[in-house]
Amino acid sequence: MISFDPTEEQQMMRESVAGFARDELRPVARAVDEGGTIPASVAEKVAQLGLLRTWLPEQYGGDGADRSAVTGAMIVEELAWGDLALAAHLLSPRLFAFPILELGTASQRDRFLGHFAGSGFIAASAALTEPRFDFDLASLSTRAVAKHGEWLLDGVKCFVPLAREAEFILVYAGAGSEVAAFIVPRETPGLEISEREKNMGLKGLATHEITLTACRLPAEARLGSDAASGVVRLTSEMRVATAAIAAGVARAAFEYARDYAKERKAFGAPIATKQAIAFMLAEMAIEVDAMRLLAWEAGWHLDRGEDAAIESYLAKQYAAAAALKVTDNAVQVLGGHGYIREHPVELWLRNARGLAALDAIAIV
Amino acid sequence: MIDFEFEPQVVERLQIYRNVAEQMMRPISREYDEREHEKPWQFLETMWAASNLSGEGQPGSRKQSGGGNEARNLYTIATTEELTWGDAGLFLALPNAGLGGAAVAAAGTPEQKQRFLAPFREGKPKWGAMAITEPGCGSDSAAIATTAARDGDQWVINGTKIFCTSGAMAADHPGGFIVVWATVDKSAGRAGIKSFVVPHGTSGMTVARVENKLGIRASDTAMIVFDNCRVPLDHILGKPEVNRERGFKDVMATFDATRPIVAAMAIGVGRAALDFVRDFLRDHKVSVRYGLSPHRLTAVERDFIEMEMNLKVARLLTWRAAWMLDAGRHNSLEASMAKAKAGLAVTQITQKAVEMLGPLGYSRQFLVEKWMRDAKINDIFEGTQQINLLIIARRILGYSSRELN
Repeated sequence: MISFDPTEEQQMMRESVAGFARDELRPVARAVDEGGTIPASVAEKVAQLGLLRTWLPEQYGGDGADRSAVTGAMIVEELAWGDLALAAHLLSPRLFAFPILELGTASQRDRFLGHFAGSGFIAASAALTEPRFDFDLASLSTRAVAKHGEWLLDGVKCFVPLAREAEFILVYAGAGSEVAAFIVPRETPGLEISEREKNMGLKGLATHEITLTACRLPAEARLGSDAASGVVRLTSEMRVATAAIAAGVARAAFEYARDYAKERKAFGAPIATKQAIAFMLAEMAIEVDAMRLLAWEAGWHLDRGEDAAIESYLAKQYAAAAALKVTDNAVQVLGGHGYIREHPVELWLRNARGLAALDAIAIV
Repeated sequence: MIDFEFEPQVVERLQIYRNVAEQMMRPISREYDEREHEKPWQFLETMWAASNLSGEGQPGSRKQSGGGNEARNLYTIATTEELTWGDAGLFLALPNAGLGGAAVAAAGTPEQKQRFLAPFREGKPKWGAMAITEPGCGSDSAAIATTAARDGDQWVINGTKIFCTSGAMAADHPGGFIVVWATVDKSAGRAGIKSFVVPHGTSGMTVARVENKLGIRASDTAMIVFDNCRVPLDHILGKPEVNRERGFKDVMATFDATRPIVAAMAIGVGRAALDFVRDFLRDHKVSVRYGLSPHRLTAVERDFIEMEMNLKVARLLTWRAAWMLDAGRHNSLEASMAKAKAGLAVTQITQKAVEMLGPLGYSRQFLVEKWMRDAKINDIFEGTQQINLLIIARRILGYSSRELN
């Protein structure tokens, strides 16, 4: 039966994450963007949210909650509303842990999941994007070849969050005609982590290019036992996350522009009383809701056990474009002031642009 | 709990509507587009008989306490999408209480609902209609010049209404009625606007002309003249007193129910176009490769994906607006969001469908050009794109119509 009501549990989780985003992320967002570093206090405080631990099975020290992509979409939207760079940083360990939770073999789960049960922030990451203008999940340049009972990985990945700090990185590579994921320890010979990347936005998030040159990995480094179909689901989960994140960034920009337009006067009246501005805001409001509903719907398909490949693709494509449009409009509503770094809208425009370019920024 | 699926029994019923659309509407779709002002009587009578057998109610009614069908508005928009996939003009021509019924259901007393709507479950085909627009005012419905003056135990209505969907059918056939918006006190502005049920056969009500249109040609759009047209006092919907505080919220409440329906109409037409293009591309060995980076997609694939995304967004927004109404929640904002998004999206989707078929899209041998013409009305009636943006803007900004106009 069709319903748009979150459960009570979802609502509570949403509110606590929203409170965290408002109290802990917003106040430091500008400084994080300018300085490029995440205050340690944020990573400490985030433990209370249990962004990862909540879903870890009890045997690994977690709360054993059922994972839901819809719930995940709600959470990442709220975090992204606070600040996208901070959100991506805090969510990065999930890019490594959730695939293992979902697809990992018993020994992979035993070996890795326990790390994330503690109260401290444990950096981990995934490497998916490649530095090519026509980068495509379906045809990765990074290749994995099975040889003498081992895997040999070669390729270049970019925009790998927290690659320097992460003990392990989940590297996606083409294996034959399939896409597979591999658990790559940072100390693996042949793995080179380059200097921190300089990006247009998400400047608080440390990302790196990594190069794999004949990296030898044991057979059991491959995620799961038969991961072919599972990786499609992971892709969908990342796309749903991106769509929901887009809704969060866009909502932040919409709300700021709305409030500004009611304050700012021109020709003797608030600019929000002019249709040219009011209509822009109305369209922005529609797009924010549209992005969220697409993310929820694709997430709902995932929660039913489907791979949601088309739904999540459509949600991500739509949301990435709409987030750019909404944040751009927010800058436009503020006019010259929108261009000045005193207001956050230019930051949100730069951050939103990243969503179309990046495929592995978070996972639900 | 968030859910995007209808119950199995609804899904089953929707299949019946899908069959009607495919087997009864599509075969006569072109014919009644070309033969404007003629009615497909056989189809209309079959549908009338079928809807009476099924006992399904009128669109727009609010949740009744203890009443069985709690997802009525959702059900209505789902069936609307199926039928307008078949043909939007034929859908609008169907015998039912239509927008007039929605107005009675939204603002009428239980007794009025019984009196005016019960006849729609029996006898010969009947039509209901709603008359708001006038030659001198459309979107600005507060400027309505038609008057209703109390004279003893009657209201006397004078004025001219245009663009009244199914107006001629409602006025010409026994059991039908037209809900007319008129002012009882011009000095009270919008608070003076009330709606009145004028039944078929009321003397002083005349169909002055039927319009020739761009699309939805199977449906009549009438000019109705009211010349000292008298109806009993209890034909007013809502309270007769002028409440300057409340304005014309009673009559406007109708739109909360009808805008999601119009959005669903748009979506049905849009889906028809999308389905046609998908089949057409497949027949011509063009496949849409979902999942690829946009860099690798052809222009046609990108266009198709964009059409599909926009249609989906429109549907989700529309479901939400109808779901809220079913849940008894205030949905003016969400209804306007759905209408604004769906109206524009489907206008663009159908225009793109014509473009994607090249010269064949322009030809009347396919229905795509018709869908482009049919789609456009959804961005106009029950509030234009711009009026809906205005309503959304007022809601999100917390402005009154005086502060933002």
